[in-house]
Amino acid sequence: MSRVHVTCTINGDPAEFLCDGGQTLLDALRDEVGLTGAKEGCGTGDCGACSVVMDGRLLCSCLVLAPEAEGTTISTVEGMASGDDLHPLQQCFLEGAALQCGVCTPGFLVAARALLDRNPDPDETEIRYGLAGNLCRCTGYDKIVRAVQAAATEITAINES
Amino acid sequence: MLSAMKYASPTTVAEAVDLLGYEPDARVYAGATDLIPQIRAGRPEPTVMVDLKRIARLCAISSNGSTHTVGAATPTADICAHDGLAAAFPGLVEASGLIGSDQIQSRSSWGGNLANASPAADTPPSLVVNDARAVIAGPDGERTVASADVATGPGTTSLGPAEIIVEFVLDEPPARTADAYLRLIPRTEMDIAVVGAAARVTLDGDGRVAAAAIALGAVAPTVVRAPHAEAALIGNEPAGDALAAVEAAAAAATDPIDDKRGTVAYRRQVAGVLARRAVSIAAERARERGGQS
Repeated sequence: MSRVHVTCTINGDPAEFLCDGGQTLLDALRDEVGLTGAKEGCGTGDCGACSVVMDGRLLCSCLVLAPEAEGTTISTVEGMASGDDLHPLQQCFLEGAALQCGVCTPGFLVAARALLDRNPDPDETEIRYGLAGNLCRCTGYDKIVRAVQAAATEITAINES
Repeated sequence: MLSAMKYASPTTVAEAVDLLGYEPDARVYAGATDLIPQIRAGRPEPTVMVDLKRIARLCAISSNGSTHTVGAATPTADICAHDGLAAAFPGLVEASGLIGSDQIQSRSSWGGNLANASPAADTPPSLVVNDARAVIAGPDGERTVASADVATGPGTTSLGPAEIIVEFVLDEPPARTADAYLRLIPRTEMDIAVVGAAARVTLDGDGRVAAAAIALGAVAPTVVRAPHAEAALIGNEPAGDALAAVEAAAAAATDPIDDKRGTVAYRRQVAGVLARRAVSIAAERARERGGQS
């Protein structure tokens, strides 16, 4: 079967890959592009482990067909750090031990960044609703919420300095 | 998984309809938030997945003062961020925002929510009380039907094999008119309605109900209207005995099932309570809206 050629921008860099028509964006990112940060948890859009941002929209890449990526701009967890400098969310997740097995973490980081881009100073309720599409089955949510709050404070301080 | 399917992204309605004409086992989608999980769960794979989001008309929101037009594939995130829609149809916009997480909001749409034909879908009751009409395109051109006439049962619709929902058309509500939507789920987010209740109320200058529409979700194979509950409001203030009559009549209008989400008796009782509360909220909003339209 002929494969679909997709040209897009991933984490700021031009990218192209071949995919099957029915392949998900998640599988294409992992298997064709080699970006394995996004994880498959449920495959049905419930757990958020595969979260990426495509053309400014946070979505579950397991529910997107890879050919839809043609011409789009995608950001994944791999694009969050600047070289060796972790994004404040990544640093705060580490410092706050907001992860255990880590499978959900890339999705939480991508969703949390989308949340803070939209609302730089969310309260706890806003964080919990904003991350309601991401499930963690080991650490629990309190440390994650606190890490996002800490990162929000840090990002605000960086932007004001 | 999913790898045998082809992908198509028509850019016009005509192209999409043509494609469906010669690919009878193709399936159209907007967000695929229901379709992909259904295929993964064992539903037969379509030959072609037809992505409707590259058709500009299906993702556009426009208003001309007297009517609002919303593309059937427009993400509910865009609907919720649209001030004009939120002002005109606060309940419908609330129902739209209840569909799934932020990730799902980026993809979910009125067209998909209606055509998927889940009895528990959140937006159809609100589309019905606001008299939203679905514009449907097919091989014979376009036709317009009431949103209530699209779903015919769980997972079934009145759409022909090569027909797609293009857009929804809603009239700007008259003065002193507003809607509300309430649903019961066992937790605060990320669940499917046990009962959903939409109400729209128009008040007269004296605060009495001049027009009312009540529609219930998840309590019958399709959305059900509660005509006796609506009639109980007309000419009365939305309070006291009139609201008690709404509750009883709305409960009686239901035909629910027993399942893990709730029993028949529970769903029936909750439907009455939510209908009464939705009427109260809609009436309060209608008072606040006053003479503006």
